[in-house]
Amino acid sequence: MTTSVASPQSERRSVAEIAVSLLPYLLAGMAFGFIAVKSEILAWYRIQEMFRFQSFHMYGVIGSAVLVGATSIQLIKRFNIKSWDGQDITIQDKDRTWLRYILGGTFFGLGWGLIGACPGPMLALIGAGLPAFLIALVGAILGTRVYGMVMNRLPHG
Amino acid sequence: MGIHELLSSPWPWYVAGPLIGLTVPLLLLLGNKVFGISSNLRHVCAILPNRIPFFNYNWWQAGGWNLVFAGGIMLGAFLAAGWFGNPEPLAVNPATEQDLAAIGVSVDGGFAPEAFFSLAALGSIKTWLILLGGGFLVGFGARYAGGCTSGHAISGLSNLQLPSLVAVIGFFIGGLIMTHLLLPIIL
Repeated sequence: MTTSVASPQSERRSVAEIAVSLLPYLLAGMAFGFIAVKSEILAWYRIQEMFRFQSFHMYGVIGSAVLVGATSIQLIKRFNIKSWDGQDITIQDKDRTWLRYILGGTFFGLGWGLIGACPGPMLALIGAGLPAFLIALVGAILGTRVYGMVMNRLPHG
Repeated sequence: MGIHELLSSPWPWYVAGPLIGLTVPLLLLLGNKVFGISSNLRHVCAILPNRIPFFNYNWWQAGGWNLVFAGGIMLGAFLAAGWFGNPEPLAVNPATEQDLAAIGVSVDGGFAPEAFFSLAALGSIKTWLILLGGGFLVGFGARYAGGCTSGHAISGLSNLQLPSLVAVIGFFIGGLIMTHLLLPIIL
């Protein structure tokens, strides 16, 4: 009997390889979740302070994150740095249309102001022991699905 | 100050912001990935049975890493809240506390008002409508706008994308309308 290419052993190894390749993303996500709790950016009250312009905290977090992110991207572009696995780093530009950003953004903001959580903090809240936000997550998945169903009838230009 | 005490106290913006900003180059350097959490909502829709072209793509190839990242967020938050939680109740600016009191919301020391966001509150249909409706708007709006706070406000602005700035302005238009006009009616 000839041995098949996909022997159980090679399959098992490839599963292990996949797990190893995904581990850094798990750790990066854990760091984000940890920071979201420690900096209290997942708190409904912090979002209320932000939308009432009564605290600098959220502006400081987002502003300094953008400063560090922008500096890093400039350095990566300037020195043509490749990714760990040897890929060229290419960041796709956003489509230069406008209506979708202002309209979609406004819908998003209405939800953000109501439940005080955007998608990342929503996940962090569930992990931090507020399971009621699972219902918000279900709502977010539903909203995404409905967008996919009606997107062709929405103005994007 | 011991290390546990340092980890347990709330982190100021100038510690948390730069660390979150580092997520952008970290994901780019790990595998040319762009930081954006709401894409996971689309990946979940692609996993669920559907006949919608927008969700017909290889979700594992496009977003397997991101779903793992999302799982990591829950795990990291679990560790932070369980072992390194701030022992003090959440402090809120007195002006905000006063404004919220005026619309019947009290500051109770947790991350979100227990009156609306705790398991006990799920006995009320209003809680369900707030959570489902708010979540719906977040999911619908994020995909319509092509990104959320991470994809536009952090990744997009970091890459100097004008469309992302427009999206962030939209986030604020919606957030200000909700906070100042609608919350007093809804809550």
